[in-house]
Amino acid sequence: MGVVLSSTILRKVAMALSGLFLMLFLLQHFAINITSVFSEAIFNQFSHFMGTNALVQFVLQPILIFGVIFHFVMGFVLDIQNRRARGTRYAVYKGNANASWVSRNMLISGGTVLAFLVLHFYDFWVPEMNYKYIEFLPEDPNRYYEELVHKFEDLTRVILYVVSFFFLALHLSHGFSSSFQSMGFNNKFTPVLKSIGKVYAVGIPAGFAFIAIFHFLNH
Amino acid sequence: MKLTLKIWRQENATAKGSMQTYSLDGVSPDMSFLEMMDVLNEQLMEQGIDPVAFDHDCREGICGSCSMFINGEAHGPDRLVTTCQLHMRKFKDGDTIHIEPFRAKPFPVIKDLVVDRTAFDRIQHAGGFVSVNTSGNTQDANAIPIEKADADKAFDAATCIGCGACVATCKNASAMLFVSAKVSQYALLPQGQVEATDRVLNMVSQMDEEGFGNCTNTGACEVECPKGISLENIARMNREYLSANVKG
Repeated sequence: MGVVLSSTILRKVAMALSGLFLMLFLLQHFAINITSVFSEAIFNQFSHFMGTNALVQFVLQPILIFGVIFHFVMGFVLDIQNRRARGTRYAVYKGNANASWVSRNMLISGGTVLAFLVLHFYDFWVPEMNYKYIEFLPEDPNRYYEELVHKFEDLTRVILYVVSFFFLALHLSHGFSSSFQSMGFNNKFTPVLKSIGKVYAVGIPAGFAFIAIFHFLNH
Repeated sequence: MKLTLKIWRQENATAKGSMQTYSLDGVSPDMSFLEMMDVLNEQLMEQGIDPVAFDHDCREGICGSCSMFINGEAHGPDRLVTTCQLHMRKFKDGDTIHIEPFRAKPFPVIKDLVVDRTAFDRIQHAGGFVSVNTSGNTQDANAIPIEKADADKAFDAATCIGCGACVATCKNASAMLFVSAKVSQYALLPQGQVEATDRVLNMVSQMDEEGFGNCTNTGACEVECPKGISLENIARMNREYLSANVKG
């Protein structure tokens, strides 16, 4: 860890790798959640597998939690270092003249996603951990769909989720292509990569928002 | 043109500075920005006020000396120019212009708009060179075949004049564009290969030691760079750095 924190470039590469890992996870999360729109049975089947598979629960889940914490802590550390590097602030600074709002405010979009994650963990992860590892309740392979739908009966929660997905889209729209640049990819494929990034950044959060709205309207 | 100028005045490196307001009349749109500053300084001297200290040398966009942050942008609102190449026609009669020094912890203010950019020199000393035997048997560089595309990219990187606009404009005060240009100009050429590993490791290490910020890929440096140095160089430096770390 000390080596990773020792240089500006390695810090950025670590941010990029953890970001790409989280984007991969997000894709998998979406792929499972979208099945809830089409089939209760398939969603329950996938969720039961993810919730009971030892590899997912005891290897991938801890790696994911580490990845989330690392990405956020590193983001805040980098921001503090960057503010220190400026020293005295400018009286007039025209940031929008040369860089997008999104690229300059990853802390705001990321901070909003962090606040959302607290709510999301409270909504789903904490009850799940309680169900399985604290109260040791008997496993019911058909409980997942009902739990999901129940959460999205509440309009306030749906609004909070949709707003958070908007900020997630902003964060991803810079984060996707930025992570490749940090790792040294900038060549003839970069425009294609940027286009894929835009599709991902809009498509995945919009898909998650659709799932939340669908279950709210459908309950 | 009649202008209101709000300029950072600071007596010396340890004094506390502040923005001071001056009125300037009779500015021609054909003047360069530095000529306008010369006129202001003549006016200030006639009034018995200490003239505004600012860096300048060649006044033709080559030396990288001029370093003003004008209306929130390094080298002002024009693109691909240094402050000395910026003309007053870019402003309107009655405008208020804010003029500040390049701000970064590793670029401390010496006086008014003059900042100490020797941090860049120290980064160059750490590895921005090739060691050539000059005993009389030096091989002619033109005798070594180099692919045109690589030669062009190396030359593009070498056009960096080290003015520090990238640092000044980056919201993180990162020096990655400058350092990457200096790494790239050799990384692309056969002459640079012998010391490639040490070069990138030492230059990045010196950059970090100076206290520059982390690059967050906003791309502001590329837009404000008077020589149009591309972000491609930063990606190249990242590759060089990662590969140098693996090689040890």
